[in-house]
Amino acid sequence: MSHSGTRLLRGSGKSSVGGVPTHALGASRIVERNLRLARNSWVVFLSGVVEPVIYLFAIDVGLGRLVGDVVGPDGTPVSYAAFAAPALLAASAMNGAVYESTFNIFFKLRYGKLYDAMLATPLTPSDVALGEIGWSQLRGLAYACAFMVVMGVMGLIASPWAVLAIPAAILMGFAFGAVGMAVVTFMRSWVDLDMVNLALLPLFLFSATFYPLDVYPRALQLLTQLSPLYHGVALIRGLTLGAVGWGLLGHVAFLAVMAVLGGVVAARRLARRLLP
Amino acid sequence: MGSEVRPVSAWSPADAGDERESLVVARGLTKRFDGFTAVNGIAFDVSAGEVFGFLGPNGAGKTSTMRMVAAVSPVTEGSLRVLDRDPASDGAGIRAQLGVVPQENNLDEELSVADNLYVYGRYFGMRRSQVRDRIPDLLEFAQLTDRGDDKVTVLSGGMKRRLVIARALINTPSMVLLDEPTTGLDPQARHLVWDRLRELTRQGVTLLLTTHYMDEAEQLCDRLVVMSDGGIVAEGSPRQLIAEYAGREVLEVRFLPGDRDAVLTGLDGVGSRQEVLSDRAIIYGEDAEQLTTAVSRRGVEAASVLVRRASLEDVFLRLTGRGLIE
Repeated sequence: MSHSGTRLLRGSGKSSVGGVPTHALGASRIVERNLRLARNSWVVFLSGVVEPVIYLFAIDVGLGRLVGDVVGPDGTPVSYAAFAAPALLAASAMNGAVYESTFNIFFKLRYGKLYDAMLATPLTPSDVALGEIGWSQLRGLAYACAFMVVMGVMGLIASPWAVLAIPAAILMGFAFGAVGMAVVTFMRSWVDLDMVNLALLPLFLFSATFYPLDVYPRALQLLTQLSPLYHGVALIRGLTLGAVGWGLLGHVAFLAVMAVLGGVVAARRLARRLLP
Repeated sequence: MGSEVRPVSAWSPADAGDERESLVVARGLTKRFDGFTAVNGIAFDVSAGEVFGFLGPNGAGKTSTMRMVAAVSPVTEGSLRVLDRDPASDGAGIRAQLGVVPQENNLDEELSVADNLYVYGRYFGMRRSQVRDRIPDLLEFAQLTDRGDDKVTVLSGGMKRRLVIARALINTPSMVLLDEPTTGLDPQARHLVWDRLRELTRQGVTLLLTTHYMDEAEQLCDRLVVMSDGGIVAEGSPRQLIAEYAGREVLEVRFLPGDRDAVLTGLDGVGSRQEVLSDRAIIYGEDAEQLTTAVSRRGVEAASVLVRRASLEDVFLRLTGRGLIE
């Protein structure tokens, strides 16, 4: 049936509408909404790029001079800046995704009725979860690209495999974003949100971010391997330093499983919360 | 094109034959939240082209019922078909064909008026060009033509409400659900909203609305059910319900607290029926003049006497012993 002219209404129930969008399509509509909004807020983009780069300079000119070379993942010595830079990229992917999916989503769940409006349309809670995380990872993509350019300029990239560090950072973003969103559906107050910081800081410091895993005793090494950031750091570090082996696929699998499980729980919890 | 939006394709009896198609069929419909029963086994049918109302006070189960029909709240028990589909298995298919105006405005406050419509159309999977074509008509319908670029937050309550109603039409819905469409609006804004809703009914769209305002129900509804405590206590057109449960005319006899017993004794037997509230007695009958004469002949010491037509408020009082707005 045509949609031309000034007709506002369909009238009878029998004349049916166009199709119901699929999940990926539905999620893209939410990304589109956020994009429309972001046209006016490019400052947020800028801060996401600038912050990790400042860290990178601090390490290159400060800490790096002091430390000198360290042992890389494949046993060969690398400069400390080249060792720490991929960890900064991984940590920034984690922080960006987690803050977006906790603080931002918490606010929307609690104060905005935005999601209620979305769910009155054919969109589903899965679309909302996927759309919001997808949007945060579109930003994550911009940050990762900018960071890689700076790393390249500073001579911290040792291998063409480094190109894959960008999709690796996005995979991390989906994994942390999905888990963050699942967690935020359980949170009742802003005080609960402080727990997020409490969880992120030790992850940031102890996930073999600033020193190799083998400085730890064996028991602590096993514990560290449970940290999702550890897997992100190891994956991205292996790629930028060109220490590529089948082992990297293990890190990919860990993050992929985390993304899927987190996403399923997030969608289910959102449905319970938004569609009582 | 004038200020009126012209219907192009509207429901007409010829389309449906003698039997009007049922857009909503509910039987034994029940909604429970953690042991609390919000809707308790109600049955109703909504036919194509009619304005169907749920009248009842806050907490009667109207919103819970609407949310189940809107396929955003799972049915606990009983059966529900909406647009010939099952909300449990085909919620998205149902929502694709509905327009929903929730009790509280849930506009996207970070976007402009026109962008609210645009983004919403995209949620329905409409093509960009299709949505863009539709926005001017909808702005005109909402009488917001020159406000398209404004932020939503600067609009008045009435304007926001009209925008929410226009947004509900973006997908050319088969049926529009309105939960308390004019609650919280001043009288002038209410009349504007009513005027827009009548425009929709003129175009033959099916409206399903909840209200706790009896005047709204009388103004808009072809047919309504009266809800109380999660159940349906009566069903019919406003006129039928008033005739059946309230009679034609009403005499309200107000009394001072100390005179209550004396007044009630004096009124005993007057009219076809009486309801006694804390400050007044309501006497139902066919002819107010007769009632007035009867009351004055008995020398009742009333603080004031008021004659009016029977309303849905009286129907509700009769059926539940309570007022609609508490």
